[in-house]
Amino acid sequence: MTEELHEVRLSVNGAVHVVRVPARRLLSDALRHDLGLTGTHVGCEHGVCGACTVLIDGRPVRSCLVFTVSAVDTEITTVEGLTEPDGSLGPVQQAFKECHGLQCGFCTPGFLTTITAGLRDNPTPTRDEAREMVAGNLCRCTGYQNIVKSVERAAALVEEGRQGPSRNPAREAGSR
Amino acid sequence: MTTKLFGTGVQRVEDERLLRGHGRYVDDVLAGAGTLHAAVLRSPHAHARITDIDVSDVLDVDGVHLVWTHDDLTGAMAEPLPLLIPHPALTHGRTQHALARDEVNHVGEAIAFVVADDRYIAEDAVGRIRVAYEFLEPVVGIDAARAADHLVHDDVPGNVGARLEQENGDARAAIESAPHTLSLDLTIERSACTPLEGRGTVARWDPDVGRMTVWTSTQTSTGVRAAVAAKLGLDLAQVDVITPDVGGGFGVKINHPWPEELLVPMAARSLGRPVKFTEDRREHFISSAHERGQVHHVEVGFDDDGRVLGLDVTFWHDHGAWTPYGLIVPIITSTQLLGPYKPGSYRVVFESLYTNTVMVTPYRGAGRPQGCYVMERTLDAIAASLGKDRTEVRAANFIQPDEFPYDQGLIFQDGRELEYDSGDYPASLAKLKELVGWDEFPAFRAEMAAEGRRVGIGLACYVEGTGVGPYEGAHVHIETSGKVKVATGLTTQGQGHATSFAQIAADELGVALEDVEVVTGDTRRMPYAVGTFASRAAVMSGSAIHLAAKAAREKALRIAAEALEASVDDLEIADGVVSVRGTDSSIDLGTVAVLSNPLRYAFDEASKAATQFSVGDPGKPPVAEDDEPGLEGRDFYSPERSTFASGMHAVVVETDPDTAEVRILKYAVVHDCGNLINPMIVEGQIHGGVAQGVAGALYERMAYDESGQLLNASFMDFLMPYVTEVPASIEIDHIETPSPLNPLGIKGAGEAGVIPSAAVFASAIEDAERLDHPGLGITSMPISPSDLFDLRRRHSQETP
Repeated sequence: MTEELHEVRLSVNGAVHVVRVPARRLLSDALRHDLGLTGTHVGCEHGVCGACTVLIDGRPVRSCLVFTVSAVDTEITTVEGLTEPDGSLGPVQQAFKECHGLQCGFCTPGFLTTITAGLRDNPTPTRDEAREMVAGNLCRCTGYQNIVKSVERAAALVEEGRQGPSRNPAREAGSR
Repeated sequence: MTTKLFGTGVQRVEDERLLRGHGRYVDDVLAGAGTLHAAVLRSPHAHARITDIDVSDVLDVDGVHLVWTHDDLTGAMAEPLPLLIPHPALTHGRTQHALARDEVNHVGEAIAFVVADDRYIAEDAVGRIRVAYEFLEPVVGIDAARAADHLVHDDVPGNVGARLEQENGDARAAIESAPHTLSLDLTIERSACTPLEGRGTVARWDPDVGRMTVWTSTQTSTGVRAAVAAKLGLDLAQVDVITPDVGGGFGVKINHPWPEELLVPMAARSLGRPVKFTEDRREHFISSAHERGQVHHVEVGFDDDGRVLGLDVTFWHDHGAWTPYGLIVPIITSTQLLGPYKPGSYRVVFESLYTNTVMVTPYRGAGRPQGCYVMERTLDAIAASLGKDRTEVRAANFIQPDEFPYDQGLIFQDGRELEYDSGDYPASLAKLKELVGWDEFPAFRAEMAAEGRRVGIGLACYVEGTGVGPYEGAHVHIETSGKVKVATGLTTQGQGHATSFAQIAADELGVALEDVEVVTGDTRRMPYAVGTFASRAAVMSGSAIHLAAKAAREKALRIAAEALEASVDDLEIADGVVSVRGTDSSIDLGTVAVLSNPLRYAFDEASKAATQFSVGDPGKPPVAEDDEPGLEGRDFYSPERSTFASGMHAVVVETDPDTAEVRILKYAVVHDCGNLINPMIVEGQIHGGVAQGVAGALYERMAYDESGQLLNASFMDFLMPYVTEVPASIEIDHIETPSPLNPLGIKGAGEAGVIPSAAVFASAIEDAERLDHPGLGITSMPISPSDLFDLRRRHSQETP
């Protein structure tokens, strides 16, 4: 009983990787264990908690619900790809740091990717829209209070970056 | 100039790493080439005898390396797992085996253990194991346990694991002679910690040096270390346990050793390759631990002012199939139930009962939410029966600020007297009323009623014994670079210890925060430790770090005084430099570190700089008799007893007259955890606690059917709140009554937010229902819209 392996080219955070995986291997497992990108976390493996959220062609997707073989010909962005080109924290990451938007940090990568995409679609969310933006991700530590503040702060940082010459925060995650 | 960090909300130093995706949780640990993966066969039945296990098909699966059942375990591994906290009243304590022997007692109990190339293959193999069962009657729920028509364990009569009674005064006599009496029956259902990261363990056996390294997602690395050594027949010195980043604990990870925490290192040694086990979500629901399920009966006698003269509480605690954690949860309920109050007399008795369900170990709050719920429901009932404001009845029963230390006349969970150290409950209540707008509420209620809306307000008060002993230790090392390395043995699962502990050390040593690095939960760095539970980390390790840093500071000053030819009294340390006050004479802490060690290989700049100084008496040994080389401090903190934090919550809710939905309009918290180390972190802890409290009050329950199947063992069905279910904002105010028991005047803060939730929501919902359903009592929590709907219907039928 040997499983057939498929050679798959994965483009993650701008780098191309080739992996040989069985058809059933989840993208979350391939990212974490085949590519060593362990920033993407797995909290439920049934698509509810959102910890494993990555951006596929710019859109937030639960990587625990995607087979690796179906992620070919896409651009994947994980939490490791959210930093600025100069290595500093991206605006959403920076906002979480400033607002104490994380405690244990396990759910955080899923929030960061989700909000990155959310702010691209809606750069100036109201408080209600900020809550809505994170309403599909579970966090057990923070009570969400500072996560919502982080969304608002991130929006402000993106806006500052757009106006200021020194930053490049409106960084597109993945490409359309 | 170095400014004082204690008390300031500095940003967390651990965040940078976690935000970049560079955290290292247990499933991220590489452990070396060729790591293998484990999966566990778990019982699909709540109660059954195992008559046969056939594993013959398993080893045919390509990539399978090992399959074990109980028959493969020998020596200590074949014995039941330890009963961690025995108690004389726990006359019938029972613990599970690492793999079930002969009988399974809940759905999810481990039966067989498989190791394979990856988890997928390991699960394939688990699916090929054939077990023959002879079914036994399951005992599910407290009613069935008490009825005892069937037994969970044949040798535990009546399903009673323990019965414990405590009394202060003659409560029954006081009730009999009281002007007013009431009785209540109050129920609270099961929930669970549910950290986003489940349990997990990785182990690597190094045959070259005969050493086992275990990474595990735990709240006690020293406890796991001792268990692994004892069960695997290794010397303690052969075992290192490292706690990596932990994705939340909330109590469930203090229980140890879990079967996998022993089976994984055993397999790693047996196979000579690293082995990893990562629990999945369903496994976490059915094979970790739950809490909260209790049924209570209250008899109370009180006077015209609502003062409690006698309180007699009997309750039944559902501890599930096993009792590894002893009686901690019901003991806490029975003692902490008293909260900030001083009843004239108090008697409490509980029975701790076996059921064929997942075992119970502490979940954030650990029995306090139930106790608070019972006490506060009782005070609400007294207020209603006397027609008094609920805050007045509280105030009439408070321990007063001049009555501390206050001895409640009971024995607490740590075996010490339940003696409160400090607090100011009347001041807290005044702040809470202001914060939530208690006195203005009747006008708001009338305004809403005019619009056809139904609103209610509730409050609940609690006291939390925090910082239980016996001890924690700390080691502080100032390196020749001037950098400070701090190690303490307890673990971290999101509380920001790397920041708050660094604040304490940096203040004492006069160094910058970024020059301090804190390591927790690594037995190689601090082998003596207890663990992170009972809101004890800040109090215990915070105090130990303060003491250890103080020792390092004293040594630094002694050496610097000699080098600078000055008196210790004239020295100060700021920004990592020791200087003689009011002069240019100074020396870097790193250089002092060089001078502290007579062996001075000049590898770094500090060593070169040190050549200009001279310390030590040439006529004496280079390391004096009462000294050690190196600039280090090590100390332990061991308090006489727990320190008592306190708080009060209030909530305003709206209940829908048609759908019975509950909306939170306002949530207010007044909190006293003594001196605050980092207010930002403390408020974060409160936010998280309140959200978990809302969860336990309105959403989460463990839905067992009568055959012991957990029907909602997934995030699809177990209603863990998203942002849409928690209050849009939480108003917080602090009171600081410093603890006299520790050098920093701190009290624990981790669990506080969750304690009063069931009580405060029951109070507010009952209040909101008053207009349409007068006399409707909320006596069972959590309460869902359908529960409230049914309650209304039953109430209308009963009161025509």
